[in-house]
Amino acid sequence: MENFLNRYRSITVLLLVIFAQLVLLAMQVKNGQDVPVIRLWTVTAVTPMARIIEGARSGSIGLVRNYILLHDAGDENRRLKSDLDRLKVENIFLRNELNMADRGKALEVFQKSTPSRTLAASVIGTGAGSVSKVFFVDRGSSAGVERGMGVITPEGIVGKVTAAYPTASEILLITDPEFAAGVVSQKHQTHGTLKGQGTPVCKLDYVPPEDKVEPGEWLYTSGDDRVFPRGFPVGVIKSVRAGQPFQEIDVQPAGMQHGVEDVLILLEGAHQAIPEVPPANQPVYIAAPAPAAIAGSTATAVPAPANSGTEADKLRTQYKAVGDAQGHKFGEGLPGSKPPDFNMPLPAAGGPVAAPGQPQAPGAPRPNAPAAGAQASQTGQSSAPKPAPNSSPALQTSQPRTANPPAAANSAPAPRATPKQTPGVRTSPLPRSATPGAPAAGPNRPAAQPVEPER
Amino acid sequence: MGYSGERLLLNKQQERQASRFRVWVMLAIPLAAILFQVYVPLFFQFLSFLELPLLVVVYFALMRRSQISGLLVGALVGLAQDSLSRNPLGMFGIVKTLVGYFAASVGVRLDVDHPAMRFVLVFFFFVFHQFLYWVMARALLGQQLAFEIQRMLILGVLNAVVGVSLFHFLDRLRLTV
Repeated sequence: MENFLNRYRSITVLLLVIFAQLVLLAMQVKNGQDVPVIRLWTVTAVTPMARIIEGARSGSIGLVRNYILLHDAGDENRRLKSDLDRLKVENIFLRNELNMADRGKALEVFQKSTPSRTLAASVIGTGAGSVSKVFFVDRGSSAGVERGMGVITPEGIVGKVTAAYPTASEILLITDPEFAAGVVSQKHQTHGTLKGQGTPVCKLDYVPPEDKVEPGEWLYTSGDDRVFPRGFPVGVIKSVRAGQPFQEIDVQPAGMQHGVEDVLILLEGAHQAIPEVPPANQPVYIAAPAPAAIAGSTATAVPAPANSGTEADKLRTQYKAVGDAQGHKFGEGLPGSKPPDFNMPLPAAGGPVAAPGQPQAPGAPRPNAPAAGAQASQTGQSSAPKPAPNSSPALQTSQPRTANPPAAANSAPAPRATPKQTPGVRTSPLPRSATPGAPAAGPNRPAAQPVEPER
Repeated sequence: MGYSGERLLLNKQQERQASRFRVWVMLAIPLAAILFQVYVPLFFQFLSFLELPLLVVVYFALMRRSQISGLLVGALVGLAQDSLSRNPLGMFGIVKTLVGYFAASVGVRLDVDHPAMRFVLVFFFFVFHQFLYWVMARALLGQQLAFEIQRMLILGVLNAVVGVSLFHFLDRLRLTV
């Protein structure tokens, strides 16, 4: 050290002297803000170190503090996540409740408007088979459910009861390969059998090549299967392909388009009393035969056209219906007399036409009122469907919010070009009652009706 | 010690030789130079270009061949000059400290008895002094002083001429070893 100072003594002394004079100079000189330069230098020299020290201090304190805060933040984060999860579940639950209430309201409206006596049920489980399309509902034989009853929704048929237990019932979906139902097309009145395929799309079988069907055409229950009353919507024809011996027709079911959660079990077909129960393990409900089959018993209805004839036969039947509707008899009258108006819209091609001046059956299948094949039976008239502009006036008067109630109730099926009509009636929760609003008694209705227990 | 005449650099023997002055010379000459710098320009404005304190510092630094003594002489003369001027204390002190230090450093290596060398050294240190003062005034005092190079060079020449003559006079005051 001494050697170092001796070697650099001159420069050391120089620096010291310069430094001393700089200090002396700084003590006198002031900057623009009248601050002595010595103070400025001192502050400039000290503040960075103070800043570093303060930074280190605040950093260390902040580190500890942040650690504590982060520790608390972790707990808070977990709590908030828990709350968020709980709120999500609650939100989903409330949405489901709201959705269920909407569907329940739709079912209620539909129940009140449909002539058939129905029982509301909720799906409580599905079948275990991967191919089998079955599910269980919470209504069983104690509620009046019997094997063979049809299951519907306001949108269309869903399936049928294959087993009725005391507290639950097994429902076979229409998409199950074992399911079959008699259907008829709306436009061409072509009869066929709807079959499930194990896929969301069903097929329409037993339609000869000469029968005419079109894609987009709606299918309705024909009542031939004695499970579903005539006139319930089934679905829409998706595609038609030629085949032998029958056409290959794909059908998009309508009753399951919004899922199956709440359904209506057809306790009674409105057009006929419950027939005798076949001997089996469980009683099997068999609905009345198709309206056409019982049309002969009523004097006011025209028998349903034979759909099995040729096009000429169908046309003849149609012209005859037009003539009957206008009081015209073919073969009479002089040449040049006024012919019947063949452009007069028919209620349904080939369908029964009411006699002139006679009130039409409210439940007649028509574009806006498909599900009323059984209404005629309640009113003592023919069960044959016929056009009815307003098939269910009671619904429209009792449900203010049902601006489009036909979509959900009596007019739900046929013109389903706008399937969103149904939500218009979904305004209140579902009262879990049976079918109080449905016409309770009719000429063909049995006196004793199943009593639905309160849920 | 006479002029070398033929070479500017000192040999090893000459490097170890340093001029000595009497104490009163070391005190009186700088004081006289400062007084001259302060009072003479009051009466003879044209003599204000002379930087006699600088010339005295350069001379003593060169002759003493000691950096410490040179910087001390420069510091003292500079502080004294500052005390008698409007400058803050330390402006001339720092400048002349550096001049004394570097002049002593040069005096160790060069034959400062040569008139040409003295002329050059005085000229150089005058310019260095003025430039350093300009820098410090600009940096420390924030003064926007003009730095006229031509004027600076002319004054440097004049001071160098005066310095050579002054050094010749001061050589008579040093002690012969």
